[in-house]
Amino acid sequence: MIEGAKWRRWVYFYIPLGIFIVWLLFPFYWMLVTSVRPDRELYRPWMAPNYAPFWTTHPTLVHIIDLLTQTLFIRWMANTLFIAIVSTLISLFCGLLAGYALSRLKFPFAGMLGTGIFITYLVPQTLLFIPLANIIRNFNLGDTPWALILTYPTFLIPFCTWLLMGYFKAIPRELEECARIDGATRWKAMLYVIFPIAVPGILSAGIFAFTLSWNEFIYALVFLSSAHEKTVSVGVTSELVRGDVFYWGQLMAGALLGSIPVAFIYSFFVEYYVAGLTGSVKG
Amino acid sequence: MARVVIRNLNKSYNEVHAVKGVNLEIRDREFMVLVGPSGCGKTTTLRMVAGLESITSGDIVIGETVVNELPPMDRDIAMVFQNYALYPHMSVYDNMAFGLKMRKFARPEIDRRVREAADILGIENLLNRKPRQLSGGQRQRVALGRAIVRHPQVFLFDEPLSNLDAKLRVQMRVELKKIHDRLGTTAIYVTHDQIEAMTLGDRVVVMKDGVVQQVGEPLDLYNEPANRFVAGFLGSPAMNFATVALTDVAGATHALGEGLQLALPPQIGERLRSHIGQQVTLGIRPEDLRVESGEAANGLSFGAVVEVVERLGSEILLDVKVGSGTMVAAVEPTVQAKVRDHLRLALNPERLHFFDCRSEAAI
Amino acid sequence: MAVSGLATRGAFARAPRRGTASRLLEDERWLAAALLLPTVILLALFIAYPFVEGVWLAVTNATVGVPGKFVGLANFEMLWNDSIFRVAVWNTFVYTAVATVFKLGLGLWLALLLNRNFRGKAFTRAFILLPFIIPTVLSTYAWKWMFDPTFSVINWTLFQLDIIHSRINWLGDPGLALISVIIVNVWRGVPFYAISLLAGLQTINPELQEAAAIDGAPPWQRFWHITWPLLLPVTMVVVLFSVIQTFADFQLVYVLTGGGPANATQLFATYAYQLGVGTGLLSQGAAVSLAMFPFLLIIVVVQLLYIRRVEVH
Repeated sequence: MIEGAKWRRWVYFYIPLGIFIVWLLFPFYWMLVTSVRPDRELYRPWMAPNYAPFWTTHPTLVHIIDLLTQTLFIRWMANTLFIAIVSTLISLFCGLLAGYALSRLKFPFAGMLGTGIFITYLVPQTLLFIPLANIIRNFNLGDTPWALILTYPTFLIPFCTWLLMGYFKAIPRELEECARIDGATRWKAMLYVIFPIAVPGILSAGIFAFTLSWNEFIYALVFLSSAHEKTVSVGVTSELVRGDVFYWGQLMAGALLGSIPVAFIYSFFVEYYVAGLTGSVKG
Repeated sequence: MARVVIRNLNKSYNEVHAVKGVNLEIRDREFMVLVGPSGCGKTTTLRMVAGLESITSGDIVIGETVVNELPPMDRDIAMVFQNYALYPHMSVYDNMAFGLKMRKFARPEIDRRVREAADILGIENLLNRKPRQLSGGQRQRVALGRAIVRHPQVFLFDEPLSNLDAKLRVQMRVELKKIHDRLGTTAIYVTHDQIEAMTLGDRVVVMKDGVVQQVGEPLDLYNEPANRFVAGFLGSPAMNFATVALTDVAGATHALGEGLQLALPPQIGERLRSHIGQQVTLGIRPEDLRVESGEAANGLSFGAVVEVVERLGSEILLDVKVGSGTMVAAVEPTVQAKVRDHLRLALNPERLHFFDCRSEAAI
Repeated sequence: MAVSGLATRGAFARAPRRGTASRLLEDERWLAAALLLPTVILLALFIAYPFVEGVWLAVTNATVGVPGKFVGLANFEMLWNDSIFRVAVWNTFVYTAVATVFKLGLGLWLALLLNRNFRGKAFTRAFILLPFIIPTVLSTYAWKWMFDPTFSVINWTLFQLDIIHSRINWLGDPGLALISVIIVNVWRGVPFYAISLLAGLQTINPELQEAAAIDGAPPWQRFWHITWPLLLPVTMVVVLFSVIQTFADFQLVYVLTGGGPANATQLFATYAYQLGVGTGLLSQGAAVSLAMFPFLLIIVVVQLLYIRRVEVH
């Protein structure tokens, strides 16, 4: 705590922290309020005398019900969930194996491959989306979930590999050596000894990868075209905005509901998520 | 049970030649200790026997099989590591059962063996615990138990006691000895602690810079070290060394050095004959020195000034100045000595060691 | 030392045989190859191949459905003379630089605040990360609604506080749009900085602070001479990741302004999208996004060199 007078504590600590919290969280509150506010309140001129934008006196579920019944929102959620889970699993699988090889095995070109994977870690999706769209079309994957399931690992695997390498390096070599002397093959020692010990790392990588794939936008926007194949982010963008007309109630309801799975998983695994976040920027 | 034969074993990492031409035969049921300072190649040798390091050249034979190319799992060995290497995610029981499960033993047999080993080690009540809930001594026992259940041909120990506190170390040392007597499994034990080496080993290998210095039973090494390094490495406090010149004075051999003027008896003089007129290294173990009241009858004594008195209870260690050099003498606890006292120290000529100054080999 | 009874190698039994596959997997090199295979295939197929394809597209005149012919550097020449592209380059640099400075400053401040002990710290930390974990597109819609020209809650608040007297057109005013976009980017990025830097702060031994305090160093000096140098390696890595992401940003601008008004918020990625997907000029779009590459490369190399230098010291 800060030493000294009470006012100092307020000026240097509580007030700045309070402003930060309000600034960072207000948009979510705003999402919530908007999604339960009836249209007649939403579009009331803001100079009107009885205008009270921070809450509503007539909460309504109409936006949410419309969203769920009159749009493909549920379908988008299912698509996103499926794509995020499968691409996360693929990435975890590849990242576990690659991370183990790069952190534990001696082989030619190990350093080069490690650097190569680190570099792909730094390649932003926006660099390659146009040629990748061509390739997806050539592979006949366009407009299918597999277009995303197979491309998301390109940014998830480097991340998972990098994070898990850190966890593997922290496990004493003797454990593995002991397992191999105890009668395990290298493969089994990895499977029964190293991977179980790295479970916290695997969870961190998995949760982080899941949120990253849920968050991805440009690949989903470019590779998917039919309305019922879209992910939440793209569906909300292209289907809830018709021309220049924004259905703000529905949009905010969609934003809110579309965030819930991520927020839900996050709330259960905050510590793992933070470990993943901080681990991902460790050299 | 099996013997282990190591023939002309070499290990190089890039530029570093870590193990140089090691030849050893560890007999069936023998407890062999590899001892030496860190970096002497003892652990590398052990890891090559285990199959954890590749062999640059040479052969390793376990039982009747050349195991050079065998992966560790096929060598039928068990190893206890310095940091115990207990699997943190498994209970004590599962830690001990792991090796048997990997070898596809039947469940009842696994259970029988785990309980038998737990009984030997007195850890039956810990079987359901996780390693992190155990004390250092308990972890050590589990690591041992994991080796025992396997009934392997050879036990390998890599400094297994060095993470324990002094008291526990002594206790576990005794226990290890008992377990070996009971099971009779061939064992190779690596340590840098010469007391462990002396007390545990049926035979001891002293290594330095990747080269075997001497192999033999502990007391043989202690009494007849092959070279200055072995002499200085074994024994605590360490042997005193002094450079002396050997001269022939009227047919008798004399050793002359800093504050030393020793007339050596004829049989020893005979042994040193070829080195007359040369400088040699004289080695005297601290316990071979005793405080003499007057001039010693045989002329084998010298004057010394006490610098430090360490009373250990069972004995007294005197750090003394002899000429400009220093020596340590381990004397009876009844000796009255104070700092700056002038003493005469006598020695037994039978217990003197001489080493060639250049080759450092015993003469 | 003589080894008795060891006549020839042949005198000993050979090792038990195992299958070829399991024997190969015992060899570190083969195992490594097997373990890396899936990763290498996926990355080669969807990173290396598209990169080559991108380079090829950029030197042809392909459009959607038309394979196109080799045109050399014509596309890049066109970009060089394209005023929108120049604006996009300029915007990208401004966007990256300004957003990074603010994210770093505010993130560090927030990290220092969170590094104190107070009640509800874990809870606060968990909530503060929300802007970072909630899908960007979705939270950006909340901002778009907050920036709405007619119904902006920000305007209402500022009006009620008597700070402004007429509407601010956050996204529609070309002079203001880039600032608005930067505000949202900073909002999203600050939690990442704060939490990463907080983790870095927590590795600094508090005894160092105490020692400096005993030596009589005031708080600001303590921060400048102890905390900041020790935090620098973590900071540099965080900045590296953030700069790359910001430089290549797309979704935020796409949702808020789509690059408008009048290209005032056009970035590399949005312009590439507009050309390549919007108008179907594949080769020109590919050329625009590929033009990011040298800049990114320079940024990465400079930062990695700097990080290495910081870590050596």
